[in-house]
Amino acid sequence: MTQTNANLNAAGGLRELISFRIGAQEFCVDIMAVREIRGWTAATALPQSPPFVRGVINLRGAVLPIVDLAARLGFESSETSDRHVIIVAQIGEQVVGLLVDAVSDILTVTDDVIQPTPDVASDTAKLFVRGLLAIDGRMISLIGLERVLPDFELEAA
Amino acid sequence: MDPLAAIRETFFQECEEQLAELENGLLAMEAGDTDPETINAVFRAVHSIKGGAGAFSLEALVRFAHVFETALDEMRSGRLAPTNEVLKTLLRAADVLADHVRAAHDGSAVDEAHTAELAEELKALDPNGATAGEESEGEEDWGDFEFKPMSVDVPAAPAGPSGWRVSFKPRADLYAKANEAALLLRELGRLGQTTVELDASGLPALTELDPEAAYLAWTVTVTGDADETSIREVFEFVDGDCELEVSPLAAVAAEGEASATPVEDPGETLDIGALLARVQAVAEPPSPQQVPPAAPAPAAVATPADPSSPPDGQGQPRKPEAGATIRVDLERVDRLIDLVGELVINQAMLSQRVMEAGFARASGVAMGLDELEQLTREIQDSVMAIRAQPVKSVFQRMPRLVREVAAMTGKPVRLVTEGEGTEVDKTVIERLADPLTHMIRNAIDHGLESPEKRAAAGKPAEGVVRLTAAHRSGRIVIEVADDGGGINRERVKSIAIEKGLVAPDAALSDEEIDNLIFMPGFSTASEVSDISGRGVGMDVVRRSIQALGGRITISSRPGKGSTFTMSLPLTLAVLDGMVVSVQGQTLVAPITAIVETLLPKAGDVHSLGGSARVIAIRDTYVPLIDVGMALGYRAGPLDATQGVALLIEGEGGARAALLVDAIQGQRQVVIKSLEANYRQVPGVAAATILGDGRVALILDIDTIVAVSRGADSLRAEKRLAATG
Repeated sequence: MTQTNANLNAAGGLRELISFRIGAQEFCVDIMAVREIRGWTAATALPQSPPFVRGVINLRGAVLPIVDLAARLGFESSETSDRHVIIVAQIGEQVVGLLVDAVSDILTVTDDVIQPTPDVASDTAKLFVRGLLAIDGRMISLIGLERVLPDFELEAA
Repeated sequence: MDPLAAIRETFFQECEEQLAELENGLLAMEAGDTDPETINAVFRAVHSIKGGAGAFSLEALVRFAHVFETALDEMRSGRLAPTNEVLKTLLRAADVLADHVRAAHDGSAVDEAHTAELAEELKALDPNGATAGEESEGEEDWGDFEFKPMSVDVPAAPAGPSGWRVSFKPRADLYAKANEAALLLRELGRLGQTTVELDASGLPALTELDPEAAYLAWTVTVTGDADETSIREVFEFVDGDCELEVSPLAAVAAEGEASATPVEDPGETLDIGALLARVQAVAEPPSPQQVPPAAPAPAAVATPADPSSPPDGQGQPRKPEAGATIRVDLERVDRLIDLVGELVINQAMLSQRVMEAGFARASGVAMGLDELEQLTREIQDSVMAIRAQPVKSVFQRMPRLVREVAAMTGKPVRLVTEGEGTEVDKTVIERLADPLTHMIRNAIDHGLESPEKRAAAGKPAEGVVRLTAAHRSGRIVIEVADDGGGINRERVKSIAIEKGLVAPDAALSDEEIDNLIFMPGFSTASEVSDISGRGVGMDVVRRSIQALGGRITISSRPGKGSTFTMSLPLTLAVLDGMVVSVQGQTLVAPITAIVETLLPKAGDVHSLGGSARVIAIRDTYVPLIDVGMALGYRAGPLDATQGVALLIEGEGGARAALLVDAIQGQRQVVIKSLEANYRQVPGVAAATILGDGRVALILDIDTIVAVSRGADSLRAEKRLAATG
């Protein structure tokens, strides 16, 4: 699978993205960053954490922080239900769970489909949105995950 | 790592083992062990180090090991009596050898003067002065002693001998180490004209032949101008694995040909080539045709027919079978431990689900689960045992320390160790070395009195420091006890007052005074000595023990001595915790920090303004910290009478009461890192996973207390940590 992807990438600049929904919005991340997708389980709250950090859960023995992606991206964070899912993503050395409303699709796109992010004032857009895709008339934002975890220095400044 | 570096690394690992063996052997001998095997083991240890060092061209190490080995050989052959004085020198030599090994390993420098001094001492031990008869690598002044009279156990030859008679009887060990008698004989053949006689009289009947044993002996007559040194050099690498006698021909002639009568017709001399072929055939014993029938042994030859019975005299009984061990990468073991931790949690979750599903206790499913539970526990114990090691490895470093400190302070000290076989997690062992070192230094420097004072008190001049380890209720308890004067409470108290650690009018119990020495900034040494005063005090010891999840206590009796008792968890992977709930959250407090738990009564809790509260506990007031507020779980304080207070003792002995909603129980929990996937959270030491599969946080009590004591909040501290 990985091999094929690499070949495709090399040949025609094809990428696979996982798209998911938060509220009415659609987003996607590179599939290579996603380790697994699992249902929502109640998290243990962490003291002194930013509001978008829901806490930690047990992922087969590892302590996994859960980031409420809605809150992180500046939307209203929703009440969690069993319907919510956690996208387990690898960010650098760390593994983080991203709380989203639902996973919708796997998209296979070429790089030229990804449009650059229009210049907007929003800081969160600058922090996270890496590009936009127009698929079947829907707008899907490509999210970069590097800044998802709270950044100390940024907060202190 | 390139292969040579890997081999070198293995060599140094083995060196550590040999050094430990060496020191153990010497200590056993000092304690009166006269078993020849002990001396042999000691000799072997030095010999192996020398051999390996030679292979890596570690000149300095080889040189010192050689001198050391020579002295030990004298002792092994009974020419040097293992008196206390001699053993003390040997022990110090062992220390120097250890230094050399370390220096060779990490490229550090060795105290040359000290080495030379000990080398001289070792040489001086030799009863024969500059002994002849030993191999002489690099010792120029031994170069041409072939014309000197032989001194040791051989009658002096009247004139320069024209040849040598070499009796050579390999032991099974020689073959086991992949040496080959035929090669040695061939090597001898290079030194001059040789006549080889085989003594096969030791050969048993074929049915009793042990293919691994050695039965053959040879007598080789070497004529020509070879000197004894070169002959002995041929056998250098099998030294200790064979019986070797080299005597000048003339002397032998005078004695008469009494010793080894060859099996072959005495007159017959074989040419070397034919003999070698035969030797090889026999040295690999299986083919029966070629083994000469067991000839009746001539009476003069006392060859034991049973190879397992120890040869007489300086004989070397067979080494005991070494336990089969393998070296395993620590990471693999840790991974296994992690996985077993998962298994335990998973099994607990499964049990819970099955119970929830309404299966009867006696149902097949429930019973199968019970068995699974037992199995998982057993696996967990076994896996933990892989990491467990005897405390021996750290105890072993102490004798040397004691010798050094004893020499520095001029106090004769005997170290008694007990329970070296007690096992505890490797990480705990590693982190024990520093506190133990410090405590033993302290025990000698501060604990023991000077010999004069001891004499005046009617005690033997030699002080005793006892270092013991034992398992006690799931923990390891290590004690350092001295038979010195005990803690001088008057002085401790006055120093504490002087340094402002306690109020001048404080009424302190003996125990409280004793515990003052753990206060930061306390050191009883009137002047900073070289030994104890290294800028660290007992508070550092206490902190490092606490960091390991342990506790340290002291008990002291005036005139009788002091005992420091450390109680440590057997592993750092699990922790004994008090599971509590706070505002709907489940938290774990390390039990080691908890002194007692109590239900606050309304009258005991007093407000000091703001949210600061204190609670009265037997006439003293300690700060009452609402854990829920400290961690930001709730905005307003909990009514103290609705909760439970945990009286805790934090870093430096400061007490505080933590207010929680309820206590759920005590449990052993597996420690999980928060930093791995997130980051450090102020007030939280780590996380764990409970039986229901949920994550619970383990409280960092010291931070919570420290932050609540100061005016700043956790958030301020966090910002500090972030910017700093």
